[in-house]
Amino acid sequence: MRMRATASWLAGAWWMAVALVAPAAAGAAVLKATLITPDDDPRLERSRVERAYLGQPGGPLSDGLEVALEETKFELEAAGAEVALASAPAATLEAARAAAVAAEKSGAAVLLTDLPAEWTLAVADAVKLPVLNLGDASDRLRQQDCRARVFHLIPSERMRSDALAQTLVSRKWSKLLLLVGGSPQDALRAATVQASIKRYGLQVVASKPFKLSADPRERDLANPLLLTAGNSYDAVWVVDSDGEFARMLPYRTVLPRPVVGDGGLVALAWHAQFERYGAPQVSRRFAKAAKRPMTAQDWAAWMAGKTLAAAAIAAPKGPNAAWAQAIGKSTLDGSKGTSLSFRAWDGQLRQPMLLTDGQGVIAQAPAEGVLHPRNVLDTLGADAPEKLCPIAR
Amino acid sequence: MPQPFLPPPARTLVRAAASALALAAASAAALAQGTAYVSSEKDSALTMIDLATLAVKGTIPTCKRARHIQLTPERQIMVACTDSNQADLIDPASGKSVRRIPLGDEPEAFDLSPDGKVIYVSNEDAGEASFIDAASGKKLRSVKVGAEPEGVKVSADGKTLYITSEVASLVHVIDTASGKVVKNIKVGKRPRRMAITPDGKELWVTNELGASVSIVSTATNEVIDTLKFEVKGARAEDITPVGIQMTSDGKRAFVGLGRANHVAFVDVASRKVGSLVLVGKRAWNVTLDKAQARLYVVNGLSDDVTVVDVAGAKAIKSVPVGRVPYGLVIVE
Repeated sequence: MRMRATASWLAGAWWMAVALVAPAAAGAAVLKATLITPDDDPRLERSRVERAYLGQPGGPLSDGLEVALEETKFELEAAGAEVALASAPAATLEAARAAAVAAEKSGAAVLLTDLPAEWTLAVADAVKLPVLNLGDASDRLRQQDCRARVFHLIPSERMRSDALAQTLVSRKWSKLLLLVGGSPQDALRAATVQASIKRYGLQVVASKPFKLSADPRERDLANPLLLTAGNSYDAVWVVDSDGEFARMLPYRTVLPRPVVGDGGLVALAWHAQFERYGAPQVSRRFAKAAKRPMTAQDWAAWMAGKTLAAAAIAAPKGPNAAWAQAIGKSTLDGSKGTSLSFRAWDGQLRQPMLLTDGQGVIAQAPAEGVLHPRNVLDTLGADAPEKLCPIAR
Repeated sequence: MPQPFLPPPARTLVRAAASALALAAASAAALAQGTAYVSSEKDSALTMIDLATLAVKGTIPTCKRARHIQLTPERQIMVACTDSNQADLIDPASGKSVRRIPLGDEPEAFDLSPDGKVIYVSNEDAGEASFIDAASGKKLRSVKVGAEPEGVKVSADGKTLYITSEVASLVHVIDTASGKVVKNIKVGKRPRRMAITPDGKELWVTNELGASVSIVSTATNEVIDTLKFEVKGARAEDITPVGIQMTSDGKRAFVGLGRANHVAFVDVASRKVGSLVLVGKRAWNVTLDKAQARLYVVNGLSDDVTVVDVAGAKAIKSVPVGRVPYGLVIVE
C-alpha cells in the first residue's frame, strides 16, 4: 500500500491509513488529510538524491507519513480514531492552490505541504484549514509571511544556524570566516546566519562570496585555498544551498580549521545515525519501509503523521474544527528525548537539533549550559519577545 | 527537632557518639556479601561490582548489546541482548555463560512466568510480544502490540502479562493462556517500566515523556491516579522517569527520573514523593539490595552506577561501569 506521488486526488481515493475492523471505531469520524507536493520535484532528481547532500531531502515525504500512520495504528484503534491520507502533486503554484481548494471541498480537515514558500502561502490563503509545512525551512514563513493556521514541522533556517552558533560558542570557536554562495536563497540564509552569530556573540572576521568555477580568471572566487587565505579564524562557516561547493570544502582550507554550515558540521532535525532516545528504532523502521536512510525532511514528515494521529486521538469524533484546535495543543514524541510542541507565536515545532558531519551525531543543541527563562528549546529560532510574526494565533 | 542545650564538651561527646553510631551502621552495611551485575549496551560484557567494597571486581563476557537483566527463580542471571537476538543465561557461581536462548528479533526487555518456564519478551522492531519456552528456546506464541514495546511484567499468578508500547502510549493487558490482548490502557506519553504492588492490586507505569507514573487498578484495568514528579531547578521536560522498583512490603517505590538526574522515593499508600536524591546523568533503572538498605541506580549518560543509602536518602558512591549501562541485578 504505497502512496505514490502520481496518485491524483481527482481519483478521489482516500488512502486509508487504518483498516477499520475494530467495532469501537465504527462511529468514528475520519480525519482526512491531503499532502500537496511539487510534480516532478527537481530536489528529487536521481543524480541529486544520489549525492545526498546534508540537509537535503532523500525521497518523497509520503514515506515518513506512512511510517508514522503505520506505527500509530494501535493507538488510533484503541481510541476509536481514524486517519486517511491522500496526495496531490501540483506542477505550478496555481495547481497547488486548486488542489488545496478541491481537497477542502471533498472534506479534508488538514493539508500537508512540501512546497516552495510562495506555493505554501497560496495554499494556506486559499482555504480555512490548518496547513502542516513539512519541508520548507524558510524564515519568512515563520516571520513576516507567517499565517495563523500554518504549522512547521521542519526546523527553520534560524533554528539551524542558532544550533550551530551555540555549538561554536561551546567550543569557543568564536572567530568565523563566512563564505556565501551566489543564489538569492544563499543571500537570505547568510542574513539568518549573521543574526545567529550576533545572537550568540560570535564574530565574523571576513565574509566572502564564492562561486563554483574552474575558470582560472575566477580563481579568487572558486579556489578554497585562496578563499580561506589572508585571515585568521577559528572556523569557516559556508552557506551553500546547492551543496556541491560546501561538500568539497573541508580539508581544503589554507589553515587547518573546521568547516561548518552546509558542509563539515551541519545542524539538522535528524540523522539516521542518532543513537539516543529510541532514535535507532525510528530510523530502522523508516529504512525498512522506505529502503533508504531517514533524513531530516523524513523526520518532519514522520512528525506530521504523528501530529495527525494525535489530533485524531484527541477528538475521535471530530469535527474538523476540533482537530484544527487539537493540532496547536499537541505535545509530541519525536524520539529526541523531550516532549515537543508548537510555538504559540509562529507555529514552529520546538525541538532539539542534531549536529552531524554526515557520519554520526557529534553534538546536540540546545548546547549544555545555554539557558532560557521558560523553555531552553526556545533558544533555537525566533523567540516570542522578538515579535517577528505579526499575526496573533 | 529542637536541640537540647548542652555545655560545649557534652555537645562534642554527643556528636562523637552519633558519628560512632553512623560508623557502626556503615560497617554493618559494608559487610553485605555479594555482587551486583550491570548490563551495558556497548560492551558485550557484564560489569561486576563487589557489594562490600563497592568497587568493580571484574567483567563477564556476554552477548551483544546487553539490556534488560533479571534473576531467574533458580537465581541465575538472565540478560537480553538486542543485537544477538538472544538471552544469555549466566551462572553467578562460576561467572560463566550456561547457555543462550533465542528471543526473537531485537529483544529489549522480558519477564519470566512465576515457575520460570516461559520468557515473555518485548521485540522492539517487530512490535511484538513473544512467549518463549525457556527450556527449549522455542517460540510458543507471538502477539502483535504497539510500536516499540518496552517494559514487560507478569502478574504474581502468572495469568496476566503487561507490556508497554512507547510509541502508542499504551499498556497492553494480555491473557497469558490465550495470548489475546484483553485491554489497551491509555497511560502517559512514552510508557517505559512497571512495578506491581505486592498485594497485586496496582500496576505502576513510568511515563518517560509524561514526567509521571500512571497507577492502574489491576481489577478494572483503568488508570486510577497519576503521580506527577517535580524537581526543584529542573523543568518538566527534563523529568523523564524510566526505572521503578518497590520495596517488598510495598510501602515505598523508587523511580529513576532520567535527565533530571535524581531518584524519587515515593510513599506508595499516599502516592506522594518524599526524598529526591541527586545521582548520575540520565538515572535509568534502579535495583534494591536484599536488605533494602542500598539502592543501585544505573546512569545511562554518565556510564556509572550510583549507590544510594536508603535510610539517609543520600548517594554514597558512584562506581564507573561499562559504556551506556542499562540494568543491574544483585546476587547476595
